[in-house]
Amino acid sequence: MFAAHQLPPPPVVLDAAVGVWRRGLLQQDIIATVLRVAAGFTIGSLLAMVLATFIGLSRRTEEVFEPTLQALRTVPTLAWAPLLLLWMGIDEAPKVTLVAIGAFFPVFVNLVAGIKNVDRKLVDVARVFDLRAVEIARRVILPASLPNLLTGLRLGATQAWLFVVVAEFFGASQGLGFRLTDSLQSTRVDLMLVALVCLAVLGKLTDSVIRAIERRSLRWRDTIGERQPA
Amino acid sequence: MSRQLVVSELRKRYGDLPVIGGLDLEVAPSEIVAVVGPSGCGKSTLLRLAAGLDTHYRGEIRVGDELVCGPLPAVGLVFQEPRLFPWLSVADNVAFGLGERRGPQVRALVSDALAAVELTAFAGAFPKELSGGMAQRVALARALVTEPQVLLLDEPFNALDAFTRMRLQDHLLAAWTRYRPTLLLVTHDLDEAVYLADRVILLGERPARVVDVIPVAPARPRDRRDPTLAALRVALLEALHLERDSRLVTA
Repeated sequence: MFAAHQLPPPPVVLDAAVGVWRRGLLQQDIIATVLRVAAGFTIGSLLAMVLATFIGLSRRTEEVFEPTLQALRTVPTLAWAPLLLLWMGIDEAPKVTLVAIGAFFPVFVNLVAGIKNVDRKLVDVARVFDLRAVEIARRVILPASLPNLLTGLRLGATQAWLFVVVAEFFGASQGLGFRLTDSLQSTRVDLMLVALVCLAVLGKLTDSVIRAIERRSLRWRDTIGERQPA
Repeated sequence: MSRQLVVSELRKRYGDLPVIGGLDLEVAPSEIVAVVGPSGCGKSTLLRLAAGLDTHYRGEIRVGDELVCGPLPAVGLVFQEPRLFPWLSVADNVAFGLGERRGPQVRALVSDALAAVELTAFAGAFPKELSGGMAQRVALARALVTEPQVLLLDEPFNALDAFTRMRLQDHLLAAWTRYRPTLLLVTHDLDEAVYLADRVILLGERPARVVDVIPVAPARPRDRRDPTLAALRVALLEALHLERDSRLVTA
């Protein structure tokens, strides 16, 4: 179906991978991309957690921020890319920012929904013990919305990987996304495939890590997804 | 050290609907009082008000010499459902009201409370691993561990089968003997009322007020087969019917 120069067989791709690894290019690309994802994901999800907590817990904060955030959310997130380039130049800042935007919304939306869905009955238990609002938030509402937070983080991480590739399409000189466009120009399909495989492996790895955290910290959940107690 | 609970001239309405209409009630220190009445008559509302969860009422609720205008450390409440925090172990659920420090003192209090409901072996379990009766015993331990002077119970054994319910009533009595709180128990179950209480208070149809007070004489431990209790149950049943019939006539 495809000619060998369009879809090279696995041994050729493997050779290409070994080649760029020997020259240190692959490591350099992976490190650049991973660092961008790590920085953007951390910034975006932390910001989302802080804002979601305030908006979820306080009606007034919600009234102030929610309409703006809803409006921003309707912008297809990738459409930010050109604007960010214009504002921040072509160094790391716009790339990390784009990744952060990508990670922000899934975390934000899920955590707000989680906080709003906390059972009032549990909150009443804490109120009987005369806990202050801050303590109720910390000891009841946040733990109760942890499942939603973790779902948000997983989706956010997926988005972060998506966005880093797009960010590296514009004005990057290293990174897996840059390698994709660069290889397109030099029609090195083997190198494109190497980059794609790396992205797949890294994305899956991130997801597995968050899943493992999820399993560990949600052992208490009584859902069909959890193993039955012995 | 338990305190007296005094409710006087209590009135509460939800919008235009009067739920409690001038209710007077006194529970002596360490006394057990059961409140029975037709469903929807405002019994649960009475407990929410006494627990300080809802402060929009007229009249007075006092615990000892403290006026209830918000939750008080001296007042505990056990709900109809266990309402355990699913992410906390049994021991941490029990310790919830003691704050977040986990010193030896807290651990001793918690293991005491768990022993009182015979759940020591389940201290490390998560709520999802418990049966309904066990979960409600944990809820009882959680309410007792802070040693409230007044403990309110809102149909706590309602959702359980008859056997479990009887066992839990005995757990409650054992815990009461250990902590000696003043107990106000709302229930549908007349057998439960006469088995547990020193006095049974009968509320009328909404808006709730006291229509009858029936003292339960036999000393504890009581025998469930005691004919005196059966006779009291009949008397309660008749009083409930009388109350309903009088309403029907006047309506």
